[in-house]
Amino acid sequence: MKTVTINLRNPPALYLEADCITPDSFAGKTKDEIANLLVWEGRESYKFADYFDVSGDPGATAEETRIEVTGDCTKVKYIGAKMSAGEVVVNSSTDMYTGAWMRGGKLTIRGNVDSFSGLGMEGGEFTVEGNAQNYIGASYRGDWRGMQGGVLRVKGNVGSDIGTFMNGGTLIVEGNADVHIGTHAEGGTIIIKGDANRRIGGQMVKGTIYVYGDINYMMPGFQYTQDVELEVDGDKAVFAEYIGDLGERHSKSKGQIVYGKLYRKK
Amino acid sequence: MSEYLIKNGHVFDAVSGVKGDKTDIAIKDGKIVEKVSSKAKTIDASGKTVMAGALDVHAHVAGPKVNLGRWFRPEDKIYRGEMRGGIVKQTTRMEQGFSIPSVFRTGYCYARMGYGFSMEAAMPPLYARHVHEEIKDTPIIDEAALPVFGNNWFVFEYLKEKDIEKCAAYTSWLMRMTKGYGIKIVNPGGTEAWGWGLNCLGINDEVPYFDITPAEITKGLIETNEYLGLPHSIHIHPNSLGDPGNAPVTLDTMKLAAGYKAKNTFGREQVMHLTHLQFHSYGGTGWGDFCSASKDIMNYVNAHPELTFDTGNVTLDETTTMTADGPFEHHLSALNHLKWCNVDVELETGSGVVPFIYSPNVFPCAVQWAVGLELALLAKDPMRVFVTTDHPNAGPFTRYPRVFKWLMSKKTRDAQMAAFKHSGKVGDATILNELDREITLYELSQMTRAGPAKCLGLANMMGGLSVGMNADVAIYNLDPTKMPADPEEIEKAFQNSAYFFKNGEIVCQDGQIVSSGPKKTFWVDAKAPENKQVTRDVREKFLRYYTVTQANYEVPDSYAPNPFVIEAKANV
Repeated sequence: MKTVTINLRNPPALYLEADCITPDSFAGKTKDEIANLLVWEGRESYKFADYFDVSGDPGATAEETRIEVTGDCTKVKYIGAKMSAGEVVVNSSTDMYTGAWMRGGKLTIRGNVDSFSGLGMEGGEFTVEGNAQNYIGASYRGDWRGMQGGVLRVKGNVGSDIGTFMNGGTLIVEGNADVHIGTHAEGGTIIIKGDANRRIGGQMVKGTIYVYGDINYMMPGFQYTQDVELEVDGDKAVFAEYIGDLGERHSKSKGQIVYGKLYRKK
Repeated sequence: MSEYLIKNGHVFDAVSGVKGDKTDIAIKDGKIVEKVSSKAKTIDASGKTVMAGALDVHAHVAGPKVNLGRWFRPEDKIYRGEMRGGIVKQTTRMEQGFSIPSVFRTGYCYARMGYGFSMEAAMPPLYARHVHEEIKDTPIIDEAALPVFGNNWFVFEYLKEKDIEKCAAYTSWLMRMTKGYGIKIVNPGGTEAWGWGLNCLGINDEVPYFDITPAEITKGLIETNEYLGLPHSIHIHPNSLGDPGNAPVTLDTMKLAAGYKAKNTFGREQVMHLTHLQFHSYGGTGWGDFCSASKDIMNYVNAHPELTFDTGNVTLDETTTMTADGPFEHHLSALNHLKWCNVDVELETGSGVVPFIYSPNVFPCAVQWAVGLELALLAKDPMRVFVTTDHPNAGPFTRYPRVFKWLMSKKTRDAQMAAFKHSGKVGDATILNELDREITLYELSQMTRAGPAKCLGLANMMGGLSVGMNADVAIYNLDPTKMPADPEEIEKAFQNSAYFFKNGEIVCQDGQIVSSGPKKTFWVDAKAPENKQVTRDVREKFLRYYTVTQANYEVPDSYAPNPFVIEAKANV
């Protein structure tokens, strides 16, 4: 694997839209070609090199390309969006849509991410070492195709509306989560290792949510069934199992009704 | 105004009867002329196909229902269309959306495909102002809109009394108020019944509380239409749209037109236009034994010149369904579990919107695809069958070139059929595999130009290249003497015209929009004797039921700043 290091020399005054920071768009390009990629600040388009210094060479394919990002990218959007392979490491916080529609590869943010990160994610490994804002692993506004696959891990806390319309993959929050978790979910797994606020699994049809800490307020559409011992993300514990959302339609599989499941650590 | 001479193109024109011969077309002052002066700009069209501008008889391109789709489907815009077009190019406005394009994209895409006219297929009278606002903002193409009458309380009451004169007086008033073009009927009686949680599935199902049936509504509106002598016939979306086994209902509806004669001065011959017939030509009893009934339907249509229809071809895309058929949309959302929106329009109509994916992996979708093509291929008279996708219901109008490709090439139909997940089962449920016919360019010019123009009563100015007609001319990069071995080239040629002239002005060149063109709004001023009782009824209904006052109902002239008004005289 070959590494390209890019350094944000000239931070934008507004926000920078840089969906070209992916192994897919860097792969097989010369340093000059990378420098000429398009980025947007507000209504104007600029060259990549107007903001970033580029050193090192990419691999021939996305799989063989690693991108290391330095400098303060707090105002850079779309890093790693739609990436399919390879690796991206950002040594700062990033703005919205980080890793959105990601299909494969590895993306690590050594800081915080803003809202809509991991939106509609289909595959790969996405790790946020800090906190994340709202709509993590959710669907695009209006869409019914949220996170579909892959693993999205946030080591800090998250905001509201995570995993909306999620139907695959695993979303792990090691800290706390705010309201609206897994709303409309039709599959996938959400693990909250800290506390969860309220409206968890509202209109959930299928899928699984684990909460290790407190739940501030349970949805009335969830019903306790039994206590079960489970191993979740390497942790063994006893959980209270709830099924729901009972106000929603539920399909049948092999004669059994399929419910969304919410597990509360005892 | 400038003069143009289009030289050496292969012209296909059903009005002048030219079938691909090299013919020069002269344009002056927005019209086709005999000859032009030596100052005329010459366009070399050698090796290219030349046709009149096309007309779309049925598309949902403007108004509250379309905008509702735009509101609640932001995902239709992301990564589809240009995010920053207006900023980059400066000459044109930003284009957005796929199945529910913005008004700018709508105008531009039609022009790129060589279309000069589009009929907004369902205008709720109460929201006619919104329809005209969007029409006004749609560049280049001429447009008109059909107000919906099939679930209107006034119409129900007058037709229950079998009083055609009153119904005509009301219709004429409403068309003037809304700047409408003709009489649209959507699921007659059914949408009103939906207000009570019910539907009308057959033509003899009574509308609750109104003591009238879809058959009586339809026949009464045919009589009203011919009494008024309108340029277009009634334009009907029959009952039971989309239901397996609905073909008998469609045949019953078509039989209602038997015995009526078209009475008008616009050259129209049919008395009933059936829209998106694909959705109404199904056999079977459920989704398991769902099958095509196109043979039964087309045997009847071919033998009855009082009918015309458009296809409503499924294009196998993710799209947005929207119709004034409220109960159907509710039914659809229960099938696909996607978001649903419903609107009730007071005394007049209603509508629903639901996103839909016509997946090649889903058996009924593949059958629907085949049925739409079968209808066009079984049609004996290409002047009575028009290609549509019921935009955006069966697919976006931007897919017309793909439908043309399927109609013109059995090879591509076979390839698509083989690519379906359930291709064997789809083959058994349809007859498409047996149909070898390939539509010719001349037939295509009838199905998309001369035919729709005649059906809409516009044959004297559109759909042909005879001297005196509007200079709407499309030139395509397609050499009819050397048809491409790869049918994909056909689709490409029709997607982006080499040139498109709208009223004698070049608006599109090599697929790029170069001008916003002289757009016009068409509407029909139906002159009928005033009926004092109707005037009183209208006033009373506004006082008692409507949420707006009568004075605020009319679409003011400022909403249609470039009107083209057609006067129709009643056959009193």
